[in-house]
Amino acid sequence: MTAARAIVRRGLTLVTLAFVGLAGVYVLALGHTPIEARQGLAQKIFYLHVPAAWCSLLAFSLVGIASALYLWLHEPRLDRFAAASAEVGVAFSAVMLTTGPIWAKPIWGTWWTWDARLTLTLFLFFLFIGYLALRAAVHEPTERARFSAVVGILGMLLVPFIHLSVYLFRTLHPQPIVLKPSAPSLPPEMLRTLLSSMAVFTLLYIGLVTTRYGIALTEEAREEATDAS
Amino acid sequence: MPEAFRLALAVAAKDIRAELRSRTALLSAIVFAALVLVVFNFARDPTALAVVDLAPSVLWVTFALAAMLALNRAFTVERENSALDGLLLAPLPRGALFAGKLLANLAFVCTVEAITLPLFVLFFNVDLTDTWLGIAGVTLLATIGFVAVGTVFSAMAVRTRFAELMLPVLLLPFMVPPLIGAVQVTSRLLAGRPLSEMLGWLRLLALYDVVFVTLCAMAFSAVVDE
Repeated sequence: MTAARAIVRRGLTLVTLAFVGLAGVYVLALGHTPIEARQGLAQKIFYLHVPAAWCSLLAFSLVGIASALYLWLHEPRLDRFAAASAEVGVAFSAVMLTTGPIWAKPIWGTWWTWDARLTLTLFLFFLFIGYLALRAAVHEPTERARFSAVVGILGMLLVPFIHLSVYLFRTLHPQPIVLKPSAPSLPPEMLRTLLSSMAVFTLLYIGLVTTRYGIALTEEAREEATDAS
Repeated sequence: MPEAFRLALAVAAKDIRAELRSRTALLSAIVFAALVLVVFNFARDPTALAVVDLAPSVLWVTFALAAMLALNRAFTVERENSALDGLLLAPLPRGALFAGKLLANLAFVCTVEAITLPLFVLFFNVDLTDTWLGIAGVTLLATIGFVAVGTVFSAMAVRTRFAELMLPVLLLPFMVPPLIGAVQVTSRLLAGRPLSEMLGWLRLLALYDVVFVTLCAMAFSAVVDE
């Protein structure tokens, strides 16, 4: 119990640090990074959108890997980690899916387009909502762990298929949209802001997962205590 | 005939026999599919949209919804009277059990699809005289993959709360690649396009089948074994 509390406390410290860093990123992005010539101030959201996307992809890949390892090793820590990572990943994809349209509206002229990358991340989001719904609907811990590991692995393999089919779908039916300019070389100041934002977001991811992991430990300990009494 | 294959057939035969005796699930799935087709007919504006443009999507959304209903049934019948425990205690490799359930589900879903297709021709006035064989082929190709995933998920879903809700939420993202592929091939078939234009999609569908049937066969024991 005390060990779990210590983990939660460590996680919260990291989260606090990340929030301080995030304030720094805001200052850096708004005050010390040049304004993009064509997109103007709208481009500033880039420094939140891309790191959020990076963290959700990181979170979901780690869920897939932890799931595969769980079915092999049956180690409860892996399951606890996968659950924490999935929850945090859903939160980061929510950030990504809300900042995306806010950026798209002034630049592409539309809130939403069925662009391949967009569609893929939307389905990833749904997939992991389903994953969390499944976890909530199974009471028995080892059964919950096995079921969610199976969904985690199948989900990881579904990603290339969705990517391939929406990519084929789009290229066969070209749509009159201004596709995202793939910035090949960012000016050094922009790159610096992006990289520091990514570092801060990764720290936030680690902090949130650690906190969630600790909370899961506390919950398990409480359940065992109530079962025993 | 190899032993595992014989056992799988025995499991499938048991399921099909049980279904043919009651026929409730099969009949309700067929009625459901027919109703979806009727609803679709009223959900489109006949003056604005040519039927051939909409036909592939209508057909495949109907198939997907009917398949979902059919798959929900697969393990609910095993839960009654703890029939699944009996199956798991039987000297039966898990792979054979999965294959048997998969075959039974495929038979079930394909029957619903085979009856829906003529209804679709009737209601939507689509001419399938030259293309019905191709449509049947792509239907089978697309169905195998998502029924395999659905078999594993339905075994899970019956052990959860809100089982009827859990299966669609989990399975629908997995239906996306086969559905996109099948709609694309169907619309090309209806437009009389050459095979070369569908080859990419057919490869994708075949790859999906191979990957997910293999993976689900391996994952199945992790789902049913305590």
